[in-house]
Amino acid sequence: MTRISLASAAALALFANAASAQTEISWWHAMGGALGDTVNQIATDFNASQSDYVITPVFKGTYEEALTAGIAAFRAGEQPNILQVFDAGAATVIAAQGATIPVQDLLIDNGVDFNIEDYISGVRYFYADSEDKMIGMPFNSSSPIMYYNVQALEAAGVTPPKTYEEFETVTAPALVEAGYIPLAQSHSPWIWVENFMSRHDLPFATNDNGYTGLDTQILVNSPELKMHWNKVKEWRDAGFYEWYGAAWNDNQKPFEEGKVAIWMGSSGSFGGLSKLDLPFDFSATVLPYWESVTAEPKQTFIGGAALFAMSGKSEAENAATAAFFQYLTSPETQVMWHKETGYVPVTTAAYEMAKAEGYYDELPAAEVGIEQLSLPAGEYTKGYRMGFYVQIRDVMNREFGRILAGDTSVDDAFTAIEAESNELLAKFAQTQG
Amino acid sequence: MKRAGFTSAWLPAMLLLPQLAVIAIFFYWPAAHALRSSFYLQDPFGFGETFVGLSNFTSLLTSAAYSRAAWFTVFFTLIVTFGSLSIALLLAVKADKVIRGAKTYRTLLMWVYAVAPPVAGVIGLIMFNQSWGPLKEFFALFGWDFKLGVNYFDTAFAMIAVSIWKQVPVNFIFFLSGLQSIPKSVREAALIDNRSATGRFWDITFPLLAPTGFFLLITNITYAMFDTFGVIDTVLKGQPGNNPMTLVYKVYVDGFRGNDLGGSSAQSVVLMVLVLALTVFQFRMIERRIHYT
Repeated sequence: MTRISLASAAALALFANAASAQTEISWWHAMGGALGDTVNQIATDFNASQSDYVITPVFKGTYEEALTAGIAAFRAGEQPNILQVFDAGAATVIAAQGATIPVQDLLIDNGVDFNIEDYISGVRYFYADSEDKMIGMPFNSSSPIMYYNVQALEAAGVTPPKTYEEFETVTAPALVEAGYIPLAQSHSPWIWVENFMSRHDLPFATNDNGYTGLDTQILVNSPELKMHWNKVKEWRDAGFYEWYGAAWNDNQKPFEEGKVAIWMGSSGSFGGLSKLDLPFDFSATVLPYWESVTAEPKQTFIGGAALFAMSGKSEAENAATAAFFQYLTSPETQVMWHKETGYVPVTTAAYEMAKAEGYYDELPAAEVGIEQLSLPAGEYTKGYRMGFYVQIRDVMNREFGRILAGDTSVDDAFTAIEAESNELLAKFAQTQG
Repeated sequence: MKRAGFTSAWLPAMLLLPQLAVIAIFFYWPAAHALRSSFYLQDPFGFGETFVGLSNFTSLLTSAAYSRAAWFTVFFTLIVTFGSLSIALLLAVKADKVIRGAKTYRTLLMWVYAVAPPVAGVIGLIMFNQSWGPLKEFFALFGWDFKLGVNYFDTAFAMIAVSIWKQVPVNFIFFLSGLQSIPKSVREAALIDNRSATGRFWDITFPLLAPTGFFLLITNITYAMFDTFGVIDTVLKGQPGNNPMTLVYKVYVDGFRGNDLGGSSAQSVVLMVLVLALTVFQFRMIERRIHYT
């Protein structure tokens, strides 16, 4: 008994000492592998850059797992100071007002300069509320881009397709002729629904893509999207496109192996691909579009995730969080993160700095993600906000798999996606009641 | 024999208390919570909720995805139970006859038991991998273009194969000890009556194994329905897509991945009712007909 109380007293004393000297904050994230190493590097650098605060990053698994862990922890009163939440979870965390401190308020209250215009346009409002107040701090922001195997395209005598029309009439047949599988893609709901909408400036949901109300209806059952998926099915049957399942890596792998010539993935995959010893040179360019749908393709949505400052923390800890966010958005940190991972720099200042350093002269493909996000904005390119969106994506993935396996028709699949998504959206509205 | 008794009611109550507390905290309390949640739609962070009556249940009835998962669960449970029981029985009968090196054989047959379900799932992923899995390449010899995670049937096949493989050792251990507890005299008497080994098996051994078999039937149904979670989770790699899933996995997907607490609670209430029915079936219908010597 005495020994225990002695030990705990000692621990307490130690803790009290540390606490009086430095404020400790925690950061739960979903960045595994090489990305996780870079996250740890940022935390180490931040801790070394000053002596008032100590941040501890904790890897919590996949995006979905990190969000669920954060929610469970919040309900138990054990939430971290900073939680990384991905694009599809944004509606859930932003709808729960009181769970987080809007990052804009956090920064301003702690005397950090904040101007939403400092952020690049594609990133600015994705994690903002309907009044354009920034709620989550955009962190790892990416955009789907088109990677290609330079030698494969040379062998086939083609250039990266600018439009899907060019892909199906010129690029794909030539690549098949040259012995390649022309196309693979790693995230159907993200690339061929969400960003299909922004690239072609089509409405994704009612209520201004869901930003201005909870009684939102999804608008995916549209002639343009169904046309696209009918084409996708045709391409697969013709050997122009191969689908390796819903898991990201299963679709990236054949590209890395040199079997697939063109792969649509994330600009955030750039760092990882560059570090691999690939048997070919790769490059990247912006996503194609359908000329039959639009003559003026627009920017795409950001993907990836944002950092949310959880509420219920002391002022000292919130000040530490604000200081960390300030550090994170500094041009130096952003450029380091951008170069290491391929995620885009979120501020214009950081983008300018990378340009001035000549980074894009060296590696033009590294600029594709941010170029695409900086294309002209359209009416529907700000982002989307839909509750239970993780489940809506699962419904899409399921139906797309069924289309490609020949278990359902495109029409039936989109009718099912629309009905189930609207049911989920209605349910989400009720959870907020 | 002397009858032992307690003089006061306190001691037995105190002795029972830990067990009762465990049941109350880890079973009744969450179950009551799930039952309550199933009538609500709740904000994941716990800020708001709406009472929706039975609508979480009725939406299950109309959901095509739920009925697909339910049918898959029935199909999966039947195949896994039948497959793991029959393979284990065959192996046990054969192992029972082995005299030289018996221990080595038995150990080899049992050791898969020590593999945790997620690890079994990972091994399955490696064996069935769509680009370089050894079993995929073996199937390709027969012209079967096996595609894990792409083709519904192939993914189901992999889940079933791994689940059976993982369960056979447990059944094997029970069947083997069941076989060894059949008195030698009975077997010798049977040998005089019937020269056919198959005939002796069905007439004598199989009925005498019935209590073991029945016990295993129930545990295997429970295993297939609930404990295969780890295997399924690893095979699906967090992206359910158009792949098959069992009802238990769907509870997890909707509740813990999709954050729909009400809908997911309704599903777990349905499963609780199923387990209750299974238990009633076990005690009422069959226990009477099977004789545990």
